[in-house]
Amino acid sequence: MNIPHLLSIIVFTPVVGIIVLLFVDGKKHKFIRWFSAIITLIVLILSFFVFKQFNFSESGVQLVEKGMWIPQFNIKYFLGVDGLSLPLFFLTALLSFLACVGSFGIKERVKEYFILYLLLVTGMLGVFVALDMVIFYIFWEVVLVPMYFLIGIWGGPKREYAAIKFFLYTLFGSVVMLLGILALYFTSNPHTFDMMEIIAQRATFTRNFQIIVWLAMFIGFAIKVPIFPFHTWLPDAHVEAPTPISVLLAGILLKMGGYGFLRLSFPMLPEASKYFATFFAILGFINIVYGALVAMAQKDLKKLIAYSSVSHMGYVLLGFASMTQMGYIGGVLQMFNHGIITGALFLLVGVIYDRAHTRDIYAFGGLGKTMPVYFGIMTFSCFASLGLPGLAGFVSEFLCLIGAFSVFKVIVIASASGMIITAAYFLWTLQRMFMGSENERWKDLPDMSGRELFTLIPLMILMLLIGVYPKIIVQVMKPTLNYLVGLMY
Amino acid sequence: MNPVLPVLIFALPVLSFGITVLIGRYFPLKGASVGILGLVVSFILSCVVFYQLQVDPTRTIDLSVTWLDFGEYTIDLGILIDRFAAVMLVVVTLVSLCVHIYSLGYMKGDRRFTTYYAYLSLFTMSMLGIVISNNLFQLFVFWELVGVSSYLLIGFWFERKPAAMAGMKAFVVCRIGDFGFLIGILSLFVATGTFSFGALFGLSQAGAISSAVLVVGALGIFFGAVGKSAQLPLYVWLPDAMEGPTPVSALIHAATMVAAGVYLVARTLPIFSTVPQIMEVVAWVGGLTALFSATIAVAQVDIKRILAYSTISQLGYMMLACGVGAGASAIFHLSTHAFFKALLFLGAGSVIHSLHTNDIREMGGLFSNMKTTATVFIIGALSLAGFPPFSGFFSKDEIMVSVLESGHVWLYWIVVFTAFLTAFYIFRLIFIAFFGEQSERSKHAEESPKVMTVPMVVLAVLSVVAGWIAIPGVGPGFAEIGGFELHHLHINWSAMGTSFLVVLMGIGVAWAIYSRRFVESRSIYNTFKPISKLLENKWYVDEIYNFFIVQPVIFFSRLLFAFDMVIVDGAVNLAGWLGVRLSKFEGEFDLAVVDGAVNGTAWTARTFGRAVRRIQTGLIQEYVIVASVAILALIIIGYYLM
Amino acid sequence: MIGSINILDILKPELICAIVRVTPTHYLYVAGIVFCIGLMGVMIRRNAIAILMSIELMLNAVNIVLIAGGRAYGPKTYDASSFVIFIIAVAAAEAIVGLALILAAYRHMKDINIDDMSIMKW
Repeated sequence: MNIPHLLSIIVFTPVVGIIVLLFVDGKKHKFIRWFSAIITLIVLILSFFVFKQFNFSESGVQLVEKGMWIPQFNIKYFLGVDGLSLPLFFLTALLSFLACVGSFGIKERVKEYFILYLLLVTGMLGVFVALDMVIFYIFWEVVLVPMYFLIGIWGGPKREYAAIKFFLYTLFGSVVMLLGILALYFTSNPHTFDMMEIIAQRATFTRNFQIIVWLAMFIGFAIKVPIFPFHTWLPDAHVEAPTPISVLLAGILLKMGGYGFLRLSFPMLPEASKYFATFFAILGFINIVYGALVAMAQKDLKKLIAYSSVSHMGYVLLGFASMTQMGYIGGVLQMFNHGIITGALFLLVGVIYDRAHTRDIYAFGGLGKTMPVYFGIMTFSCFASLGLPGLAGFVSEFLCLIGAFSVFKVIVIASASGMIITAAYFLWTLQRMFMGSENERWKDLPDMSGRELFTLIPLMILMLLIGVYPKIIVQVMKPTLNYLVGLMY
Repeated sequence: MNPVLPVLIFALPVLSFGITVLIGRYFPLKGASVGILGLVVSFILSCVVFYQLQVDPTRTIDLSVTWLDFGEYTIDLGILIDRFAAVMLVVVTLVSLCVHIYSLGYMKGDRRFTTYYAYLSLFTMSMLGIVISNNLFQLFVFWELVGVSSYLLIGFWFERKPAAMAGMKAFVVCRIGDFGFLIGILSLFVATGTFSFGALFGLSQAGAISSAVLVVGALGIFFGAVGKSAQLPLYVWLPDAMEGPTPVSALIHAATMVAAGVYLVARTLPIFSTVPQIMEVVAWVGGLTALFSATIAVAQVDIKRILAYSTISQLGYMMLACGVGAGASAIFHLSTHAFFKALLFLGAGSVIHSLHTNDIREMGGLFSNMKTTATVFIIGALSLAGFPPFSGFFSKDEIMVSVLESGHVWLYWIVVFTAFLTAFYIFRLIFIAFFGEQSERSKHAEESPKVMTVPMVVLAVLSVVAGWIAIPGVGPGFAEIGGFELHHLHINWSAMGTSFLVVLMGIGVAWAIYSRRFVESRSIYNTFKPISKLLENKWYVDEIYNFFIVQPVIFFSRLLFAFDMVIVDGAVNLAGWLGVRLSKFEGEFDLAVVDGAVNGTAWTARTFGRAVRRIQTGLIQEYVIVASVAILALIIIGYYLM
Repeated sequence: MIGSINILDILKPELICAIVRVTPTHYLYVAGIVFCIGLMGVMIRRNAIAILMSIELMLNAVNIVLIAGGRAYGPKTYDASSFVIFIIAVAAAEAIVGLALILAAYRHMKDINIDDMSIMKW
């Protein structure tokens, strides 16, 4: 059974939820929570139908919904998925549901929280299926606003600072990106915002034009990824954001940047991309090593994971810069894996923060005896993150390194040293938090609750599954990424 | 041969790991039964595989399945079972089985008993995975997994800080090696498009791979082996790893995992042999490691640490054998070493279990109370020292002959001197711990239960007889069993004589000093005080690393963090601050000039109105007067104008 | 001629007409005087009713001008006179409205002094 307009239905289901929530009494916390969880669960279930209707052997966009929206400017309502966007789309649906369950702990202004949350979900889902640049930009911006409020209202002590920083920083990026989009629009002939048409016209763009537009888009996406000098909003936003929002921030928002590179910059501007490839790879190296070293110096658990995200996203850059099939697959897979692994790590930070009300790594010690289940899951996730074979992170990092090694030998060798530092800071963290003699102060902390386990177990299963049998996800993206690699030459 | 057999050998520990982790506590012996049962079957199957390959060497299995397919490249998983792998399968499953059974007694009553057995299964599975791999990628995967199980087992008693630190140190140091290994794999793969041993050997032997790639590849692989097999300069983790439970030390840090590096180099020897300069590096690293750690072992007082340094030294031997191209000798020594060193560790564990101390100065005269343990320990020691006819004698002798005949004279004398030191330090340990006056603790020592002594006896028997296969006429020779290309080693009587003499000297000196006390050990210590101090403190290597590597890295990471906060984030905040200032300035400009014009109009109107409204008195008559006067004035003006 | 004149004769119109030649100009003088009296009344009197009466004077002065002027200078029709009728009607209406207003003001303030009725200034 094929559901027509499936993508639109999925993207706008949360909006229906918002409309219903608007009429609900704000004091009915229990109903609001469960209702939002059910809405996101519906989104997740429907996204399985996308897999069902998706033809894995085809490289082009599928499940297309296309219609003229503003004919005067040739703006279309154009949605569709392909092997690049489907894994990320599914990741969004999955993490949205899990983080929604993780949000049950929110006690203040529950109604507003979930309304903004659902709006955020719509924005994130939309970014990954929009194929018209205007729609893409709209969804891109729709993500920012609820995020601003979610950090700014429900965040930690320095939330206003973090929220403003996040908002202005990313808004600056997206405005520059908009300039790039407009430049493409006015250069294309006939003028169009349709991504597929612009890709088809890519040969008509001159080299200098490509370089300028590439740089404009680079700033927009680099801030989202985030790439080295543009990364400082991330630790602040993560530290201040409430746990479920950190999950989405790391799990999905960062992916929007990487997705943008592969959806817009690289296929539309191949000349410029090749021109900047080495630069891109060097940035990847800096991200990996710099992020890892800075992570090692952290005392705040959330900041540590935030910097580890910077480090892990470096592999994505390295994979993309190689412009090889393995590099692309590794990069996209790394985005997916980073989403589930870091999502799990942030949920785990939330677990301990809810109990101890501190995230200072040095304040703990000896938790391994008090909370053995938590210790086990944390160890599992840390190992997944540091690239232990058999778990998800290894496969993608390995593919990124192979892909890149054929092009950038020295850079890859230098980057691979990041794996030592990564191991060092994760194990050091485990040691400081869980090992050593039992700490009197935390003796009575309860171990994980059923709800917390419910949010983490699916992620753990995915980590193991992808680590052992990555083909299930690689086969989804292989044809599309092959095609995208082909566009570069 | 049926490929199901080797797959089953590997799959059973996987299965027992899964079962033990999830529902192990519901099984007999709190889950230990699952692991032991699986391993017994694995061991029997390994023997079957071993036997079949001895009967018919052509029944080698080399199978691959595609794991990831990228069109032009594929990443495969596969198994390669030849006689070489079969030897390793038997050694690994046997030692692992002994340790599993021994641990029933040693770990009795531990609160995480089930977890312990799960970890052991995880380790066994990963180690078997290394052995059966037919390609570098898969080998790397299991290589890392043994690292993790080693981490988990070293830090098993993580409540103790040294154990936690040691686990971390082991993993991170091995990761440094793995970094090199990864680079080696990558360079080989990118140049050839395959990870498979068979294809790589063929290509490298045929000269189809450029020498630069081969150098990077071989060096990288060797670097990985250096980390795992605790060679110079990455050996530092192994002595600390002794913080783990003793059976774990026996299994992982003596018999199997640390030998994986040697196995790797021996396995990829066809690649190494194409780059002689790297072979030279391997040989020298091995030889120096053997000497260096033997000197440290001489001055230690912790029973497990003596054995740990001894392990490093013996691994150096094996690596040296690989470096001179004698892969068969290396694997022979690996196998015999696995038996006698596991035996020594289990013996040490038995003593520690009974005395609750690691310090040999607190032992003494243990022989009378722990006869079985002491006997098997002495057997192990004789084997380690290389005393004929124990197994160590044969394997060590093969290495010495290989070194001598490869023309490395310097290395040969290093090895000979190391053999002397080996005999000395291990008999120093025996004379101090098992003979002489009974110490306070020794008086209450009791023999360990059967469940611990039986595995030791099994290993002791093997430590004696395992070497006999090398005796011409008795056994087929190890090269034959391992399926190596045969360099028929003739018996080199002079080398054998030298080594025997040296061993006797070592034992004799130890006897003279520590048993008969012809010379007080204290006075020797004082005579060579600087050297003694240096050896006692392990050449200060840990301190040097800490000072020159660990601290600078941590400092650098803090520095970078400060850079991140102050410079990078500072630039952002500065931009933000400037933006705010600019907008404030613009705000003032806006107020004063732009908005001023608008407001000015309103202000003018209001002020003027305020003045003019005074005319409106509300008195009608005034209005009339004004109007009249105005009209009159208009009339007059009009009149005059017209 | 004087001796023979009866004092009462001066009341005879013929005699008057003989003495004073009444021309249209005289009407205008009268009208002007009445208008000025009315204007003065409006300007000076404080009593609202008196002001209203003075307005009537001014209107009637205009009426005189219209009739006299229309008769003397205009065409031999009654156009001017018809205006007068209008003015009388409007004046009557005006007086009624004015008196009503004054009454209302009186009820409010118990006074009809126009100087006190300045509350709506500014």
